[in-house]
Amino acid sequence: MTATTVLPPAEGTDHQLQPPRGIVHDTLVITRRGLTHLKRQPEALSDATIQPIMFVVLFAYVFGGAIDIPGGGSYREFLMGGIFAQTIVFTAFGVALGLANDRKNQVVDRFRSLPISTGAVLGGHAVTNLLKSMLPIVLMSLCGLIIGWRIRGGLVDAVLGYALLLAFAFAMIWVGVLLGSLVATPEGVQGVAFGLLFPVTFMASTFAPTATMPGVVRVVAEWNPVTSVANAVRVQFANPNTPIEPGDPWPIQHPMAYSLLWIVGIVVVCAPLAIRAYRRSIST
Amino acid sequence: MTTTYAVEAQGLVKRYGDNVALAGIDLAVPTGTVTAVLGPNGAGKTTAVRILATLAVADEGEATVAGFDVRRQPNEVRRRIGLAAQDATVDPLLTGRENLVMLGELHQASRRAARHRAGELLGEFSLDEAADRVVSGYSGGMRRRLDLAATLVARPEVLFLDEPTTGLDPRARAELWTVLDTLVERGTTVVLTTQYLDEAERLAEDIVVIDHGRVIARGDARALKREVGSDQVQIVVVDPAHLDQATRILARVTGSPPSVDIPARSATAPASGNVETLMAVAGALSEARIAVDDLSLRQPTLDEVFLALTGSAPDPPADDQVPAHHVPETIA
Repeated sequence: MTATTVLPPAEGTDHQLQPPRGIVHDTLVITRRGLTHLKRQPEALSDATIQPIMFVVLFAYVFGGAIDIPGGGSYREFLMGGIFAQTIVFTAFGVALGLANDRKNQVVDRFRSLPISTGAVLGGHAVTNLLKSMLPIVLMSLCGLIIGWRIRGGLVDAVLGYALLLAFAFAMIWVGVLLGSLVATPEGVQGVAFGLLFPVTFMASTFAPTATMPGVVRVVAEWNPVTSVANAVRVQFANPNTPIEPGDPWPIQHPMAYSLLWIVGIVVVCAPLAIRAYRRSIST
Repeated sequence: MTTTYAVEAQGLVKRYGDNVALAGIDLAVPTGTVTAVLGPNGAGKTTAVRILATLAVADEGEATVAGFDVRRQPNEVRRRIGLAAQDATVDPLLTGRENLVMLGELHQASRRAARHRAGELLGEFSLDEAADRVVSGYSGGMRRRLDLAATLVARPEVLFLDEPTTGLDPRARAELWTVLDTLVERGTTVVLTTQYLDEAERLAEDIVVIDHGRVIARGDARALKREVGSDQVQIVVVDPAHLDQATRILARVTGSPPSVDIPARSATAPASGNVETLMAVAGALSEARIAVDDLSLRQPTLDEVFLALTGSAPDPPADDQVPAHHVPETIA
């Protein structure tokens, strides 16, 4: 530590000031950090890798035999849409955990003393998790192909199905920002994710058709956006889905429209709340 | 020539609920100088630094840093400052190099320039070998060094260091002091907080002593020590039975009531005449045939500074009145 070249030039420091490169540049720098985090903590990726594959195998081979699809067809093909939707819900968990860890490590303070906007920090987390959400989609598609799942419809429909999953992931990012800003610690985030997100993904058509569920549970499941995303994906991939009866509620009859309404609704309502909660969580 | 100030603050107040962290602090740090903010834990040092570094917003008062208002132009301030918070705030999952490159880029340097700068800093802070290891495996001292390197990435005009040497071994501490000397030679303004009077004296032209969110004294080290009664002369007697007599001698020679520590067999009093006082005490003790284990002249501790300035030891029960002795303001 001889302290000769670390120093500003004798004639002053002004010319060292760099012109702003804009929020996109800053967001990408923070995204690269996020991706490095994923690389360094493969165990933190389990919600996007091992877990969905485990569910596919578990339900396809262990419970699947006991579940009938009212309209007939392969349970394994029915299952894939459900686990796609469930896995995307967990995107919120990854975002929330990232924000809570930044606070715990006080990296938040470091970022706040830099000439960058709060939006770049959130944007970096968002892009990282959007990219991360593609990982289970690819892995599960491969895993599905191995166990006999096929895309039975047209290419455009299939692309729209995948696009819906990404749009849903984008909406869940804001749920994650809200969660990560309101819950104080990484441990708390884990608790809320297990106690709240997990049941929400089960009270849906994820693993079993809603038509087979009793009374109140059925109503909750029918209006649960996880159901509509799962059903919409099944429709897009032309996979087996519960036959739609004339008396079914609107979300069951129009899964794609209902899913899009939820996505827009979550972004419009959650994003401003989430940004406010985030600002509050990092200020003192 | 008029003095320009890199940091100016008037009447900063910050409350957290019912707790008043800052009760109206004024600061004026001339460009290119070092100011130490000295005070015990909980005095408000960190809060003051956080407000000046734009991490917290004051409830009342105004502050400018590098000529920009911390409240209205925080981004202009952030482009020109470096901050080392009390706990190292480096990313534990990145390597040392990745941390510095990322911060360089977020300071709006190109990737190439950021990589170059990171390499320079890693070398200067003896982190070459560890550069490509993940920070979570660093020792406390290494993390601290990386944190300090991180504050210098953008060659800041004003550097805020919150207890920079806490947790460093003596060698690392001395190295840091050398780096700061050189930085200041080149025109960087430094505001540092510390609990150690010797550190404040070694590094800073101006010392601001704060307690309970108020400035209780300010001036250079010499002025503060005059206030405290300069160095302390301490006697440690061999035979506890002699402690009383030694204390009386010490009181007579120094003209101040000594503080006595019976288990340590010691008596301490301010030595206004420094070495002359020490010699007079030695003469008086040998005349009285009192055997001593130790007779020394030492710098006042922070406790003693506080005792002299506030009439009470650090962290007394809530005490809102402004202390009677107030060193005349030598800055601002």
